[in-house]
Amino acid sequence: MSIQIIKAGILDTVQDGGRFGYQHLGINPSGAMDKYAMYIANALVGNHPEEAVIEMHFPASVFLFGYPALIAISGADFSATINGDPVAHLHPVWVNKNDVLQFHRPVYGARAYLAIAGGLDISKWLGSYSTNLKAKAGGCHGRNLQKGDEILLCQSFPSTPGQSEFIVLPWKADDQREDIPNEIWVLPGHEWHRLTTESKENFTMTSFVITQQSDRMGYRLNNIPLPAMTNEELVSSAVSFGTVQLLPDGKLIILMADHQTTGGYPRIAHAITAHHSKLAQRRAGDKIQFRITEQAIAENLYLQQQQHLQQLRNACTFRLQQYFNG
Amino acid sequence: MTELVPAYSSLTVYFDLPKVKKTAGNITAIEWMIEQAEQRLKENIFLQETPGKMMRIPVCYDSEFAPDIFRLAAANNISPEEVIALHTSKTYRVFMLGFLPGFAYMGQVDEKIAMPRKPQPVNVAADSVGVAGSQTGIYPLDSPGGWHIIGRTPWKLFDAEREEPVLLQAGDQVQFFSISKNDFREIQNSALLKESSQGDT
Repeated sequence: MSIQIIKAGILDTVQDGGRFGYQHLGINPSGAMDKYAMYIANALVGNHPEEAVIEMHFPASVFLFGYPALIAISGADFSATINGDPVAHLHPVWVNKNDVLQFHRPVYGARAYLAIAGGLDISKWLGSYSTNLKAKAGGCHGRNLQKGDEILLCQSFPSTPGQSEFIVLPWKADDQREDIPNEIWVLPGHEWHRLTTESKENFTMTSFVITQQSDRMGYRLNNIPLPAMTNEELVSSAVSFGTVQLLPDGKLIILMADHQTTGGYPRIAHAITAHHSKLAQRRAGDKIQFRITEQAIAENLYLQQQQHLQQLRNACTFRLQQYFNG
Repeated sequence: MTELVPAYSSLTVYFDLPKVKKTAGNITAIEWMIEQAEQRLKENIFLQETPGKMMRIPVCYDSEFAPDIFRLAAANNISPEEVIALHTSKTYRVFMLGFLPGFAYMGQVDEKIAMPRKPQPVNVAADSVGVAGSQTGIYPLDSPGGWHIIGRTPWKLFDAEREEPVLLQAGDQVQFFSISKNDFREIQNSALLKESSQGDT
């Protein structure tokens, strides 16, 4: 049971919920950029929420299924096809041996996720399947997927009835993409007070472009410089996914999934966890606008998101059982 | 709590929000966490200081591995030999890890070999030993970096394949000792031999 990469994408890696518990050793957590999308893809195929998935950027890999499987695609919409026929986003899809999955154009978002029922049969490194590109460890040989790679699957699956066409199962996950995708809510960080009054105003009043120098480590923003009241050096301390750092030239960087564990630049804000998903779907060239919110609101939004995922998981499990056993 | 990250003067706590929120009741999860931390800090904490392990790390200070040793020596009006003597004269403490997997921030170096970091980062080879300000450290991986490189160790500070991938922990004590280029090659080769023999069995 396996899938094979017959053409490599630009940056496709195996990711899961992340590798936690090793940041005190300088080992960054990695993990899916859009964990929310990863949860949804896993829910659709009946997996554990943090089961290993394949995270894809555009252009994405071309996959050949060596065996039948139940799959789902979530996150970015890269206009997927199987054997040339369009395949629905956010649906469970039942594929057969020799089916070819490929992606044609980036319709929406920056990162798509492919989940396969039962998960990928690869070994964990330090408790996680996530690829740590810097440490060259985890995932598929510690690197992005390449042509010829073959990933074994944990679970065998029967062929579709008649074994001819792939089947899109008739229910769709609601991924509740918000209608203001470029508005990122933040909480003030430890060094927020370092910004001048004018810088604070500019931080929320102007919008910022995500530059080409943006990747899984972080997004550099092309903002009007935000002067600080002091440039006194800080001693290093922990930084996390969503931390907005102020660089010496007054520009900003938002740390993403492959962020360093510690940093010495002023942490002026933190993107709230509930908005990490939409942040992860912004592309270079997209504009974002920050809005300052409150702790209680940030917590509630995250809890609501988790609740929605739980309901979705329950509904998916029920539907799958009905479909395959009922 | 899911994770603790100590640094020079801070301890960062990561926690599972839905779990904490269940016990926090009407206040926010963060307020609850802060309350708990403050209460604990008021209690009489019995600190048992466990001494970290003592490591003697070989370093080859040959100019081949030390692109910045002359500049650092010149900037401090001393000879490269004095840089080596001073760098190997002290026992350093590992203050924290960060930046790269297994990167240990150590200090403090003798002020005669201290030097502010470079204004622009350059490419640094894995296992390079550097100085920045009054800190010293070893790059576990190839990486851009702004520290002044004065030598290289044949040891692997980070090895993903090892059961304990990271060699040094916060609190450890480190002494450097100078080795020749021949010693450096020998240690490297014997490490490789060990690896391949392990691979056979």
